[in-house]
Formats: sequence, C-alpha cells, structure tokens
Amino acid sequence: MFNHVLKNLISKVIFTGLLTTTLLASPQLSAKGVYQSGPDFVAEVFAPQQPEPGVLWLNKSIRQQAEKILGHKVLGLRVRYHQSAGKTVWILNEIGKEMPITIGVVIDQGKISRVKILAYRESRGGEVRYPAYMAQYQGATLSDGYKLDKSIDGITGATLSVWAVNKVAALALYYHSQAMTQPESTKQTSESR
Amino acid sequence: MKKLLLATLIGLSFAAATQAATPSTEEMWKIIQKQQAEISALQNQLNKNNSRLTETEIIAEATISAVEEISLAPAASKKTHIGGYGELHYNNLEKDDGSGDKDEVDFHRFVLFTSHQFTDSIRFFSELEIEHSIAGDGQVGEVELEQAYIEWDMANNKTAKAGLFLMPVGILNETHEPDTFYGTERNAVEKNIIPATWWEAGASLSGELSPGLRYDVAAHSGLFLADGEYKPRDGRQKVGKAKADDMAFTGRLKYTAIPGLELAASLQMQTDMHQGEGDKIEGTLFETHVAWQKDDFQLRALYATWDFDDAINSIKAGADEQTGFYIEPSYKITDKIGVFARYSEYDNTAGSASDSAVEQMDIGMNYWLHPNVVFKIDYQNQDNSSGTGSDGINLGVGFSY
Repeated sequence: MFNHVLKNLISKVIFTGLLTTTLLASPQLSAKGVYQSGPDFVAEVFAPQQPEPGVLWLNKSIRQQAEKILGHKVLGLRVRYHQSAGKTVWILNEIGKEMPITIGVVIDQGKISRVKILAYRESRGGEVRYPAYMAQYQGATLSDGYKLDKSIDGITGATLSVWAVNKVAALALYYHSQAMTQPESTKQTSESR
Repeated sequence: MKKLLLATLIGLSFAAATQAATPSTEEMWKIIQKQQAEISALQNQLNKNNSRLTETEIIAEATISAVEEISLAPAASKKTHIGGYGELHYNNLEKDDGSGDKDEVDFHRFVLFTSHQFTDSIRFFSELEIEHSIAGDGQVGEVELEQAYIEWDMANNKTAKAGLFLMPVGILNETHEPDTFYGTERNAVEKNIIPATWWEAGASLSGELSPGLRYDVAAHSGLFLADGEYKPRDGRQKVGKAKADDMAFTGRLKYTAIPGLELAASLQMQTDMHQGEGDKIEGTLFETHVAWQKDDFQLRALYATWDFDDAINSIKAGADEQTGFYIEPSYKITDKIGVFARYSEYDNTAGSASDSAVEQMDIGMNYWLHPNVVFKIDYQNQDNSSGTGSDGINLGVGFSY
C-alpha cells in the first residue's frame, strides 16, 4: 500500500514538473511557420555576390521526368531559379501530408550543397527542418534512376515529410542538370533582359 | 589636226566622266535628305518594333503568370482534405492445445480522415472508422469516431488541442496506418497493455522545449472498469456517453534531434478507474520506446507498464501490475521489400507470482507496391502457460492516402 502511495506521489511530482517546465519554457525554434523568405535565402547563399535570375521552361521532356521524380502532376509552366558560376538555388514547394512545405535547395557543380526548410505548415513532422537532418543531403547527387545516391535516415511519424524533402532534393538536382545544358536564350526572364 | 582631235575627245570624255561621278551640291543635298528620311523611317520602325516587343513580353509575362496562378490556385486554396487508410487481413491460426482453429478473412479497418483548415492557425481533424466491415445490431463490427478535434497554434511553439484525440503513448497509437509498420496485426503489447488504438476527450498542449525535444501534456476522460473487468483495454469507454467523474492526465517527452532516432517516454495517471462506482482504483501508466533507423536497418523497442491500486487484485489476482515489452529489428532488402522479426511479451496479471505471461515471436515480410500500398505476410508463434497460444500465418493488404 505504502509502495503505491509513494509511486503515485512520484508520478504526480513528475507530471506537475513536466507541466510547469512546459508552460514556462520559451523555446527558440518554432515547429510551424515561415523560417526564412525565399529572397533572403537566395541572398544569403550568394552573398556578397548578386546572382543571375533564370527560368527553366518545363517543356514536355522536362515535365515528364519531373512528374516521374515527384510521382504526381507538375503544375506551372516554368521554374524560376538563381545562379552564379555553376551554383543554382531552387525554391520548391511539395505537399507532405496535406500542406505544402517550402524547401530551398542549393546545387553546386551538380551536387547538393545545402537543403533548408523555408516554411513548414503542418502540425506534425516538423522535425525535418533540424540542421542535423538537413545535413544528410549534403553531397548527394542524382543516381541513374533519378533518385538521391545517398540513403537518408528518416523520422518516425514524419515519413511523408521526409519523402517530400527527398523528392524535392532529387528534383532540384534534375532541374539543375537541365538548366546547365539549356541554351542561353531560353534562360532569361523578361525582367532580366 | 588628228592629235588635236584626239586630245579634244579625251578631254571631253574625261569631263563627262567626272561630271557623272560627282553630282552637283544640289543633287547631293537631295540624296542626303532622302537618306535621312529613310533613316528616320527605319528608326521609327525600330522604335515601334522595340516597344511592341516589350509590350509582347509584358503580355506574355502576364499571361504566363495568370495561367500559373489558375493552374496552381486549386491546390493552394484547398481547405478541406480527405484521406484515409484500410487493411484487409487473413488469419490462419491454430491453438497450441488443439482447442480451435481460426481461419478467417476480415476487412479489419476502413478509415476516412477529414480535415479542414479554418485559418493558418486553426484546423479541424477527424478519423471515422468502420471496424470489421459491418456494424449494427448483432453484427461483428463497429463504427467508431477515433479522432475529432480542433487544433490551434496559440504561439509559434505552442499548439493546443481540444476534442477527441489519440493518447500520446507508444509508437502505434498515433501513427497506425498499415504501411508504416511491420506485421499484419498490430503488436500485442501496444494492443493489450497500452491499449492501442486509444482515444479520449479532453484538451492538450504540445510544443518544443528545444530543437528535437517535444512535449505533450493532456487532461482528458479516464478509463472505466465495469464489474469484473481489470484490463485497461476493457476500460476504454471510447467517448460514448463516457463516465467522466474522474479524469486522467498524460504527459510525454519525445526526443528526435538525431536523424533516424526517436526516443520517447509517456506517463499517465488515472484518478479512479471505477469512476466513483465501487472501490477507488488509481492507475499509473509508464511507457517508453525507441525507434532507430540507420540506412536499411531499423529497430523498434517498447516497454509499457501499469501500476494499479491493490484494490484491483480483488477483481483479478495480480492485476495491480500489467506489463509488456517488445523488440523488433527489421531490414529493408530493397526499397520495396522489408523483413522483420519481433519478440513480445505481455502479462495482464504480472502482479501475481504465477506465470501468466504471453510470449510471442513473429517473423515476416512487407512488400510495398507503392510507398502507401503494402502487402504483408508473417508467421506467429504464441505461447502461454495455459497452452492456449495461437500459431500460424497472417496475410494482409493495406493502404493509406
């Protein structure tokens, strides 16, 4: 009997402690929301240089391959990016479970040099944005099957978010390869002329 | 004379030639004026063309933007989402003591998710389930509302929930789509000890203490043990006119800062499992688990234990402690094929000296036709001291979307 009283007392103390810590804690990072705007991310990546804006038009073959990588239809007619000396930055959206995740991908000479979650809108699975998780993508290239050539350790309970980031990382690598081989005349946007 | 004539002829022809090559100033002026007019006309034309080109570019840009906006709009503005999952099972089991066979096919679960985003920070989520395919008077199945809550992001790092929600305990209770776990049937420990799938009505608060360390705290309706019942699984009232005299509280800490690793611990307090009817029985559930994935290898291990007031022993001897654990290594041979083995042990009367534990070994394989469509096959070997364990094969197909 005494044992039970003691156990319950300990449980209550732990529970109250947990509740208090929780309510008082003021964490630095938020699970949901916009962490960085697209333009800020681009500026940070290329600083102090000014990158050139570019446009990749989704012609039939590019669209087909992009749809294969994502496993669903690709909307829109073109993809905007920024580049300077073989380095490109892509800001792409992909739905995890229900809401789009905004992901910034930096490709340098055909390899991923950085992936960052710029906005996360779902209430669960936000762990994908942790630097330790994102660092796994560094150095990844595209395999023959248009998938990442590195294995990425996932997150329990956030499988859909992990898949979304994997797909966007592979897609950015593919877009980069297409943008690098495109004739100069089709890359320009009307604003940049 | 001849010479003079020749000289004159040469002179004349030279003069004529010079006259043809050099127009008069007047003529030159005319030519210049004419050329100037042509240049101006060309210049005008060029200016016009340039401005037309710019205009065309502006029109093209506007058209492309509008087309993109229209084609992208439906996806972005969709506020109500529908999802779901389902699993069909076939069990061919034989009891150790030969007392009976189970040869059964069952559409175990068919679930519809509906969610609605009111604003960026307020949303609704629900899960409606048909268990065992058919429900109604005298039928084997049930229609159940397993989740229905409003979620509100109060601040950047705090989310509140109110309504009917899944208990933040264990691995499977909150994430139970068939394509996310191994084995046709859910593991026996989470089913019989925790008991998954388990939902209650109440309010909760979740957030992040530091990157990778999340917490959940919840106050909610409690379990109720009717006469003669002692297992937590039998105490689930499923929020249907549930007795709410005595509440329960749950807290969880979850650590996921290292890629591939999840460490979590939950603690729950039931203030009275009899809800004021009969002897007061307090209960405390402690659960902890690890889920670790490294490349193609994955390990899941879970331990859960209930500690009840001794009064429960008068209902069933030894029920004051109910405990279980499992360990499940698995390996993905390819993207689509994974194999697993699971050892589990649970005991709903662990407080008694007698050996009443159920041990189960499962081995099997998942084949993912698509990341969200899975076929499963496994073999189970269950043993208990009374010799009524079931051994045999389970087959399943499951999906989620």
